[in-house]
Amino acid sequence: MKLYDYVLSPSCYKVRLMAAILGIKLDIRPVDFHPGAEHRGPELLALNPAGSIPILEDGDLVLTESSAMLAYLAANSAPEWLGQDSPQETARVQQWLSFSHRLTANLGGARLHEMLLRPGDIKTLQAQGVAALRELEAGLFEQGERGMQFLAASRATIADIACFPYVALAPDGGISLDPYPLIRLWMRAIRSLPGFIEMPGIHRLHELKPDPHPAGEA
Amino acid sequence: MKGGAMMDEWYPVGLFSQLSEKGSKTWLMGEAIEVARDRHGNAQVITAEGRALPIRVRYGHVWSSLGNPEKELFAIPEADQPGRRFVDVGVVRVRCSPLRAVENFLDIAHFPFVHTDILGAEPHTEVENYKVEIREGVDEVWATQVKFYQPQAAKSATGGITTEYMYRVPAPTCSVLYKTCPPRPSEWDVITLFVQPLAEDLCDVWPWMALFDDETPMTDLIHFQQTIFLQDRSILENQIPALLPLDPGMEIPTRADLTSIAYRRWLKRHNYTYGAQLVAQ
Repeated sequence: MKLYDYVLSPSCYKVRLMAAILGIKLDIRPVDFHPGAEHRGPELLALNPAGSIPILEDGDLVLTESSAMLAYLAANSAPEWLGQDSPQETARVQQWLSFSHRLTANLGGARLHEMLLRPGDIKTLQAQGVAALRELEAGLFEQGERGMQFLAASRATIADIACFPYVALAPDGGISLDPYPLIRLWMRAIRSLPGFIEMPGIHRLHELKPDPHPAGEA
Repeated sequence: MKGGAMMDEWYPVGLFSQLSEKGSKTWLMGEAIEVARDRHGNAQVITAEGRALPIRVRYGHVWSSLGNPEKELFAIPEADQPGRRFVDVGVVRVRCSPLRAVENFLDIAHFPFVHTDILGAEPHTEVENYKVEIREGVDEVWATQVKFYQPQAAKSATGGITTEYMYRVPAPTCSVLYKTCPPRPSEWDVITLFVQPLAEDLCDVWPWMALFDDETPMTDLIHFQQTIFLQDRSILENQIPALLPLDPGMEIPTRADLTSIAYRRWLKRHNYTYGAQLVAQ
């Protein structure tokens, strides 16, 4: 499986993260998104006329939507990540997958504006981003009432992976996560998943790393 | 004037390769400027009032100044050395003092915690003794004999090595780093941080590299450096106070901070205070 990838793209990171958690090896093809704008060049436009990355290629299957890539990776090797145990679970996964595209537009748009100088109405992007975070916080509270720690179930699904990166990187776009305790707890749960990998701006959990000074050595 | 002695210094304002005739609007120390390519292919920088500013095109970037620079733009002799590859890493905006961005670049102690498994790793956290001086002749801050254990020192490195560094501050918002070059041990890789001060608490950072590495694709080199810098960005945006304190009572340095102390002293000596806090608040 070949991933057209940019290290700083949260959408590309979704696919890398899912693959890492599932133990799937990706063949990474780096794309010079910034400063080179290679995703708008002839080679990649031929593959994806929308001019966006990531692009995932597997044989004659070419995917250009990150949610489809997550579903494909999960269906291939760990279908329980699709979250299909009940009609409600299936629906919640689809609900949050669609919601994740709004995050790409608002939180992602604010981040690109503040970090890589892309054009945009920053005040509107930030206001929409805050509205989305409030919706997510409320959603996590309701899940807590149902005894569930993740967005669609009591275990993580592709919906969590789809929403996590843009939320975690909201501060890059000038949006603080301080007001959202449940979002922070949820992010911690995702960062504790076996196989979790980081990206620039999302650090691994320091306290879960091996103790550099095990007891008795000090 | 707010800019103090820094008004007469050179600053990066854009990548030469990305200039357009349409021009792009940006700022230099609070003043709106436009950076463009003229009909003859030359760079031009103009203020909002239509004043043409001095220009240099060096190290992949366009340089300019709001004042009247007495000194020529600092030299990087390695930029003329045959066989090196020059990497335009591209701009990243950071909501921090331009001086804070440079100071962070000079720090080694954070490597294991911020650039984990790339530029450092626990338990290899010790910063060994190194030498720092303000070289009077050239009037630059230099740190030499800096050594640090690095799991992946460069894109071209395979496995961990003890890397040697030299740091150089030739201008208030620019630093040049000389670093062990894994494929060619007799040479230094050159990695720079050129910082464009937009305001006292906002800057555009333009990293640039001159490397001996014939194998790694250009995009991989760019991604490696962007990864490193973006790991720093969130930390830089959360430093308190936002302006770099030059009052020695404000922060307590340790031995590992020798370069930072020399940099702050040098800034103070020259009245390079745009982005600095002079008195603790």
